[in-house]
Amino acid sequence: MTDMTTPKAERAATIRRPDLSAARINRRYGAEKRFRAYGLLAIGAAIAMLAILLFSIVSKGYSAFVQTYVQLEVTLTEAEIDPDRTGDPEVIRNANWRKITFESLRAEFPDVKSRSETRQLFGMISGNAPIAVRDYVLDNPDAIGTTASIWVKVSDDIDTFNKGFIDRNLEEDDRRVKDNEIVWFDTLDGQGRVEAKFNTTLFTSGDSREPEQAGVLGAVVGSLLTLIITLVLSFPIGVMAAVYLEEFAPKNRLTDLIEVNINNLAAVPSIVFGLLGLAVFLNFFGLPRSAPVVGGMVLALMTLPTIIIASRAALKAVPPSIREAALGLGASRLQAVTHHVLPLAMPGMLTGTIIGMAQALGETAPLLMIGMVAFIVDIPSGFTDPATVLPVQIFLWADAPQRAFVERTSAAIMVLLTFLVCMNLLAVLLRKRFERRW
Amino acid sequence: MSLIIILALVGLVMVGYWTGRSRAYVVCGNQPHTLHSLPSYYGAFVALAIGIPALVMFALWLIIQPQIVEAVVLGGLPQEIQDLPDDRLGLILNDIYNIASGNIASIDPDPAVVVAGERYASLMTTGSYLMTAAVIAVALIGLVIARSRIATDMRARNTVERTIDVLLLIASMIAIMTTIGIVLSLIFETIRFFGKVPFFEFLFGTEWSPQIALRADQAGSSGAFGAIPIFAGTMLITFIAMCVAVPIGLFAAIYMAEYAGKRFRAWAKPVLEILAGIPTVVYGFFAALTVAPFFRDGGDLIGIAISSESALAAGVVMGIMIIPFVSSLSDDVINAVPQSLRDGAYALGATRSETVRQVILPAALPGVVGAVLLAISRAIGETMIVVMAAGLAANLTANPLEAVTTVTVQIVTLLVGDQEFDSAKTLAAFALGLVLFVVTLCLNIIALHVVRKYREQYD
Repeated sequence: MTDMTTPKAERAATIRRPDLSAARINRRYGAEKRFRAYGLLAIGAAIAMLAILLFSIVSKGYSAFVQTYVQLEVTLTEAEIDPDRTGDPEVIRNANWRKITFESLRAEFPDVKSRSETRQLFGMISGNAPIAVRDYVLDNPDAIGTTASIWVKVSDDIDTFNKGFIDRNLEEDDRRVKDNEIVWFDTLDGQGRVEAKFNTTLFTSGDSREPEQAGVLGAVVGSLLTLIITLVLSFPIGVMAAVYLEEFAPKNRLTDLIEVNINNLAAVPSIVFGLLGLAVFLNFFGLPRSAPVVGGMVLALMTLPTIIIASRAALKAVPPSIREAALGLGASRLQAVTHHVLPLAMPGMLTGTIIGMAQALGETAPLLMIGMVAFIVDIPSGFTDPATVLPVQIFLWADAPQRAFVERTSAAIMVLLTFLVCMNLLAVLLRKRFERRW
Repeated sequence: MSLIIILALVGLVMVGYWTGRSRAYVVCGNQPHTLHSLPSYYGAFVALAIGIPALVMFALWLIIQPQIVEAVVLGGLPQEIQDLPDDRLGLILNDIYNIASGNIASIDPDPAVVVAGERYASLMTTGSYLMTAAVIAVALIGLVIARSRIATDMRARNTVERTIDVLLLIASMIAIMTTIGIVLSLIFETIRFFGKVPFFEFLFGTEWSPQIALRADQAGSSGAFGAIPIFAGTMLITFIAMCVAVPIGLFAAIYMAEYAGKRFRAWAKPVLEILAGIPTVVYGFFAALTVAPFFRDGGDLIGIAISSESALAAGVVMGIMIIPFVSSLSDDVINAVPQSLRDGAYALGATRSETVRQVILPAALPGVVGAVLLAISRAIGETMIVVMAAGLAANLTANPLEAVTTVTVQIVTLLVGDQEFDSAKTLAAFALGLVLFVVTLCLNIIALHVVRKYREQYD
């Protein structure tokens, strides 16, 4: 390029000097190599970031799948549980299980006398331990009057300590587990009465303020209910809209307007759909807050463009000869579409729908707007029950202060990613299995 | 109850189809060729005549019933309660709903309110029984009328096809209705907001603290609604995200399109797409718990104070999220450049990188610009990453190491939690939402326009 400005004679001289030409070629090839390296570097950087992301989540979260238990020798005296020997579960249920559980723990450490130490000792086991003991006795009524060894959960701090996330060499003031708690824990551990077991609670219970009681089941069920509503609304409407636009719509301004609208809706930020849900569904129609039915409706509006666009592509891929053959045999246009085109386009439509559902499953922001962020312990049992969904549960747990919630958040993310991977695999398999080239 | 009605309707529709079909066979004396349409069309005719009116009835009843019941219950309250101002009345209505659904109402509710709550509950129950009866009655009427109209010369197919045509049109109109719904709901609330806060103060004010004073002497409760710091924060984070996403995405796209072999493409492209499939809440968690502390500690090491809610962390993670967006759009654009342009450049002795820089990129520039605009619009509208990793305080700063806040963060914080619907605070969220909607819409329209115009050039 710069050659243009140099005088003619000089240019002629440069051309006649092969050593310079070789240098220029080297320079150009060097630039070529660098350019290529930048490209590889960019892809490498993106993949490295993905790897770091996944690694940081797995490394933070794998420990949430186990939970530390401690074996308590609980003295189940008849006088305290069922003094009249009624055997009535209601009487057993109402016994002072807190006292029974804590007494058995205190019996292990007779030198613990002072009030503050006692409180510390009791704080080592989960607040749920008395209920675990009660449930054990309800299941084994014969155990009353004996001493039973029952596995109960430890509190979240002790659990974190046992997993090695709290350094025992730190100054006592800097760690949440104090010296005497470590001594007691080591005593129990030395007797072989501490064990890490698979954390079933994570998959079988709803949210809780106590990390060791918290599970994702409520959120998973909420997600499922929400997605059912989304699917029921968006799949038929999306397919119908796609069929109309692709097969029946006359070329006029209304059709153009609809197409432009669908393309724009696909790019509207999801939180705006949340605002729409809040203003229209909640405040105008008065539908219940936090309900999967509203969440499903909002997500359906959001995924509709995705499904319509994918379905139109699937319809376009069906060759016109099929329609023409059907029409030639005397089918009406509707018959040609419903009997011939739709079945052929269905795999593509289903693939698009699954991808849309996967998007909806991972969506958080619009659901925050319609109140699905509430703290909900109960597992929702209907479409109008207050519920939360898996991504919102992740958001809520990420905000929780306890260290033990960090690993549970990561575990919940792994659960969410597993669902997403399964859905996308299904879509890929569907595409591979039914892909047809005409 | 609704579920039962829907199941009952599905059952009725199926019965209707079967009835219509068999009726058609009866009418033609088991000689289907004498019918105008195929027997199944008569079945579909009856099914539609059952389903559509019943569903319309069902939807209308669901919308209207609560309003009528509310009016009746309010009318039954003692006069002194009815005369209360609107906001107090709202509280009492809330109590009534709570009592009706068996929750705990406010401490020590008025006995009249308790009675009203029970009345509300019983009216709602009666209403839902009435609704079931009405919906099923409408369905049955549809069944009887449609069945009686079946005759050999009745044009069932024409009616059914016309109806389905209309249904299809309605389904595709939902996209327009959604847009109208978004625009109307945002505009109405925004107008109400500008009734409380002057328009210019919102657009050009530099002070943002949306707390409204509960008491006159409350500290820090000025209630300022100047959105400039929020817009600035949004732009800062978007800019950082673009600094990450555009170079990486563009170079990745160039490599994929021009250099990579088939096998490399086959695995690298899907792996990049994974980045787009990860939910944003996961990125938010990653930004807040991994990236932000990493930057903060790194800053401490070299003696720079980096806020743990710095714009940098949120922006970088948002950039990572947007990489596949930029790369796949640019990839398409680069692939759309005709091979003849490349061949021409190679014939002149250009190396590959020279071809890319001097021929392909200029040719693909409009498309790349479109891709970047779409990416910017996505970054502006992105919510969860910034909610979890960016700050809440509205600082007017261009320093990426400080905490800033964004439009979406403010919408979420203003609307999550307890809220009264009339306060300037809640309405401000809708005004911000309108700004967000308008800006992203403009960016999308421009981007789509640019991309389309460019495509036409080579097709």
